[in-house]
Amino acid sequence: MKGNEAIAHAAIRYGCDGYFGYPITPQSEVLETLEELMPWETTGMVVLQAESEVAAINMVYGGAAAGKAVMTSSSSPGVSLKQEGISYIAAAELPALIINVMRGGPGLGTIQPSQADYFQATKGGGHGDYHLIVLAPATVQEMADFVGLGFDLAFKYRTPAMILADGIVGQMMEKVVLPEPRERRSQQQIETQCPWAATGRHGRKERNVVTSLELEPDKMEVNNIRLQETYKRISEAEVRYKEYYTEDAEYLIVAFGSVARICLKTIEDARSQGIKIGLIRPITLWPFPHKEIKRLSEKAKGILTVELNAGQMIEDVKLAVECKIPVHHFGRMGGIVPNPGEVMNAFNEHFPEATQNANL
Amino acid sequence: MKEEIIIAGFGGQGVLSMGKILAYAGLMEDLEVTWMPSYGPEQRGGTANVTVIVSDTAISSPVLDTYDTAVILNQQSLDKFEPKVKPGGTIIYDPAGIHRPPTRTDVNIVAVDAMTAAIEMDNTKTYNMILLGALLKHRNIVSTDAVIRGLKKTLPERHHHLIPLNEKAIKRGMEIS
Repeated sequence: MKGNEAIAHAAIRYGCDGYFGYPITPQSEVLETLEELMPWETTGMVVLQAESEVAAINMVYGGAAAGKAVMTSSSSPGVSLKQEGISYIAAAELPALIINVMRGGPGLGTIQPSQADYFQATKGGGHGDYHLIVLAPATVQEMADFVGLGFDLAFKYRTPAMILADGIVGQMMEKVVLPEPRERRSQQQIETQCPWAATGRHGRKERNVVTSLELEPDKMEVNNIRLQETYKRISEAEVRYKEYYTEDAEYLIVAFGSVARICLKTIEDARSQGIKIGLIRPITLWPFPHKEIKRLSEKAKGILTVELNAGQMIEDVKLAVECKIPVHHFGRMGGIVPNPGEVMNAFNEHFPEATQNANL
Repeated sequence: MKEEIIIAGFGGQGVLSMGKILAYAGLMEDLEVTWMPSYGPEQRGGTANVTVIVSDTAISSPVLDTYDTAVILNQQSLDKFEPKVKPGGTIIYDPAGIHRPPTRTDVNIVAVDAMTAAIEMDNTKTYNMILLGALLKHRNIVSTDAVIRGLKKTLPERHHHLIPLNEKAIKRGMEIS
């Protein structure tokens, strides 16, 4: 099935309580599949096409405040519209899952694949000092798996998580093993698991109030410090990445999402010619695998980052290696997807000595 | 075994569904598959193409530079993909509407009068399945049986009565190519 369809199936099977979205290519199959599957008749999951992206994210805000496992999905221009709501959800320390199947920008841009929302997803996007946990799937299998992972992390740390996919992995079909179905949590379970949720007073003296507003700077700073402590814990415990052919690699390619698969083919071809390239694929874009890239690049002569943008993740890679070795960028923009040969040409252009040495 | 295939033509000719049926047949035979479409306004008449990879080992990139086999349904697609077939590869095309036929001598070229055959079968919707038959005859990717099992799995029950017609079209494609 398609990556977008896998997300819909996985959400129902996770026991998701509600999906609120608004159609936009290339992710409309998420909403379409949910409507076809009609989970409101089986698990009781709510599926709602909102009047706009802004409405959808605020419905997520409301659902999350009640302790529900709620999600939304969109593509780049739609995710821009959601940023205010995302900042509020992060500030209110609520779990939620947001999916961005990226398309080319800026502006309305194009419906073809892109990774140009890396900065938006990993560096804030909305206002204020906050982070999302950002997961970058490269396969349809990961599209399915990261729904559960995203929700689990969001609830563990009470912070919104994002699946940052692209038009390729959203639209392509491949084999997928769907997660085992789970029941939605009962109201009782929600109240036990989420004592902070606005689920009714139940005779308690104090009400649970969910808000991002705090007019007293002293208290607001305490809130900020608490958020930063959460981000520190996430950074220490939740970095995820995959490495391929790194043991003897003289050069490295760093790429995320479906682009990493294109690069893997480049590397397979290069290795058949004796050019030893390895691949690092960050899975969590935030927290970014800075330490891991630093360690894996200790013996490398240079790094090429490949992204469907003008060079965004490269900044994190340069920070990771502390600019000790050359780090170059290759990218296509506006919805163009490079093929493995183009990546090889770019590599050769930046590291001509790699081929010369291999031929000796 | 690894077969890297491009299927290209006009939107509405059944390019994407032909690729989908092939991919599902691969699944039926426990192979790894990827199906990567060109998506967008193609359904309304532009050119459409799909890259299908069927392999007995894990597949890295769903996007390719060159292909083992190209199934070509219009001139634009032939112009675009003829140079991208690997030497020794195969081009399967329908001469209907082609005024500059393929000229390469280092690939196998198979012309299939699929449109004529579809009209003879009194159902132009069989067009893509006739071409699929030709593809399966010349490239040993999956069995016809796997295609039928794939169709049974993917088609909604209400369309299952069309499976014999599809099977007939695949056989016809094998006969005329």
